[in-house]
Amino acid sequence: MHTFGGKTLFLDRSDINTDEIIPAKYLTEISKKALQPYLLEDLNLEGFDPAKDIAGCRVIVTRANFGCGSSREHAPWALEVNGIHMVIAQSFARIFRQNMFNCGMPAIDLPEEIIDRLFNEFSGPDTEIYADLETGELTVEKQGQRTKIAFTVSEFDRALVAAGGWVEYADARYGTTGS
Amino acid sequence: MQENTGKTAAEKIFDAHRVDNPAGDMVVLGLDAVFCHEITTPVAINDLIARGKDRVFDPSRIMAVIDHVTPAKDSKTAMQGKIMRDWARRHHIEYFFDIGRNGVCHALFPEKGFVRPGYTIIMGDSHTCTHGAFGAFAAGVGTTDLEVGILNGVCAFHYPRSIKIEITGELPDGVFAKDVILHIIGQIGVNGATDCVIEFAGPVVAAMSMEARMTLCNMAVEAGATCGICYPDMTTVDYLWPFIRTEYDSRQAALEDYRRWQPDKGAAYQQVLKFDVTDLPPQLTYGYKPDKVCPVSEMQGTAVDQIYIGSCTNGRIEDLRVAARVLSGQRINDSVRGIVSPATPEIYQKALDEGIIKTFMDAGFCVANPTCGACLGMSCGVIAEGEVCASTTNRNFYGRMGKGGMVHLMSPATAAATALAGHIANSNLYRE
Ligand code: SF4
Repeated sequence: MHTFGGKTLFLDRSDINTDEIIPAKYLTEISKKALQPYLLEDLNLEGFDPAKDIAGCRVIVTRANFGCGSSREHAPWALEVNGIHMVIAQSFARIFRQNMFNCGMPAIDLPEEIIDRLFNEFSGPDTEIYADLETGELTVEKQGQRTKIAFTVSEFDRALVAAGGWVEYADARYGTTGS
Repeated sequence: MQENTGKTAAEKIFDAHRVDNPAGDMVVLGLDAVFCHEITTPVAINDLIARGKDRVFDPSRIMAVIDHVTPAKDSKTAMQGKIMRDWARRHHIEYFFDIGRNGVCHALFPEKGFVRPGYTIIMGDSHTCTHGAFGAFAAGVGTTDLEVGILNGVCAFHYPRSIKIEITGELPDGVFAKDVILHIIGQIGVNGATDCVIEFAGPVVAAMSMEARMTLCNMAVEAGATCGICYPDMTTVDYLWPFIRTEYDSRQAALEDYRRWQPDKGAAYQQVLKFDVTDLPPQLTYGYKPDKVCPVSEMQGTAVDQIYIGSCTNGRIEDLRVAARVLSGQRINDSVRGIVSPATPEIYQKALDEGIIKTFMDAGFCVANPTCGACLGMSCGVIAEGEVCASTTNRNFYGRMGKGGMVHLMSPATAAATALAGHIANSNLYRE
């Protein structure tokens, strides 16, 4: 299975909605790539500068109810075309979470106290987090400091990620099924 | 899963279409139809091309339309249309509705006979729930789900939980399906049916036309539901008869067959709710969420700038007939502007034949072509910052019909009466 992880962006807020992830005015774009410059353009978070803070990141760590609001799949795409392929949060909006796994990208939820600990002990520009979906273990690294955190994903979600998303998963299994 | 007790309508459809059980309560359903429009499909098409999977599972089960912005308003929307056209041609998609034959998807596809009881349907559009009016399971999905629908003819869902809503009593004159669904959403809230299927049942629904049932099911998603379902009956058969007459010996035979899709007696519901509509006055929304609902009389006199009659909720011939009855021979108030968009060319043609278009024009309405247009604030009647629109559509989110604008959702009768008065008003079809 593809390894997920790398430089981590910490977004210290709950209820970040899909309009903040990618504003509605970009929905007339017809390629995922075209969304790249606009990721988190309207994020309402003090001290956050999308022009500086996103570059090179592979992972987002955030608080509760990430991806709420409109069901637009443009939100995970905007992450994807910026190289961010994993989000770790206290919780997710249902459709956003499904969209992430449909795109073959893990959305991992962790209990509040562990999210608190990540923010308290590890937030900062040089933290890296890696996920092993087989063992259900995250490795968090910061300046020589290292810790392991357990997580769970469902069998189906793991299979979606292993296949590279719902398109690859379904195409390998269902051919031209229909009804 | 309710193996031993009776089944709900959605459970019957799921069990008949189950292709796989990949894990837990996830069910992969075989699809009877995949509907497509030009806002969400081009991205799916481009992604399939990029993956080297530019295929379709069955061109005869894919129905596509350009409806949201038509005619195209700028280069970007023109390109969305072009991608659809080229794709439909490449894959010999016969049921592709381009300009001149196009109309709002959820009005057009039922009118063409594409929706049948027991069908499974997906579309990259949240109001796909409309088609449940025929006793089908029809759900809005994201782009990846749409891609897989196009490619493999399947979609994965959690095994459904259902809420039954029984509508009893008798609808007063001048009160319509739109008032009923607004009232229900106002009572149960925008999260009241999240991730559930709503079955609309009871004598009021049984007495409704297919058009009215579509209005009811159209807004199920505004309470969070995946789909709204009405049980197939003789009204359903009569509507579908021109399309199914070669398949059945008689209407009775069709009805017998469609009864399979009605729920069993012992079906297990998460909730059963009852609404008596005998004393229900006309309703409208007053805020930025579809559950901010009150009687029209409470907002009586509120000034509006524009009246919009159309959309997949209320742009059908019955809606135009009702509005024309209210307008009959009068002119709209000088302080407002009115726009009507018949939802499909067939509806437009009927409205012409019946003199309804003339009634609208004599009243001072602008008659637009069939399109989603102003409903989602993309074209054809976008409102300015600070303006108010009285609208027969289904969403009143902040900025929905134009940045900084306010939308009041209501029935076509109330919208027409509001146009005449120049402010929010009950129609003369309703007597308190
Ligand atoms: S009419 Fe409005 S709600 Fe209906 S499909 Fe078009 S944009 Fe969506």
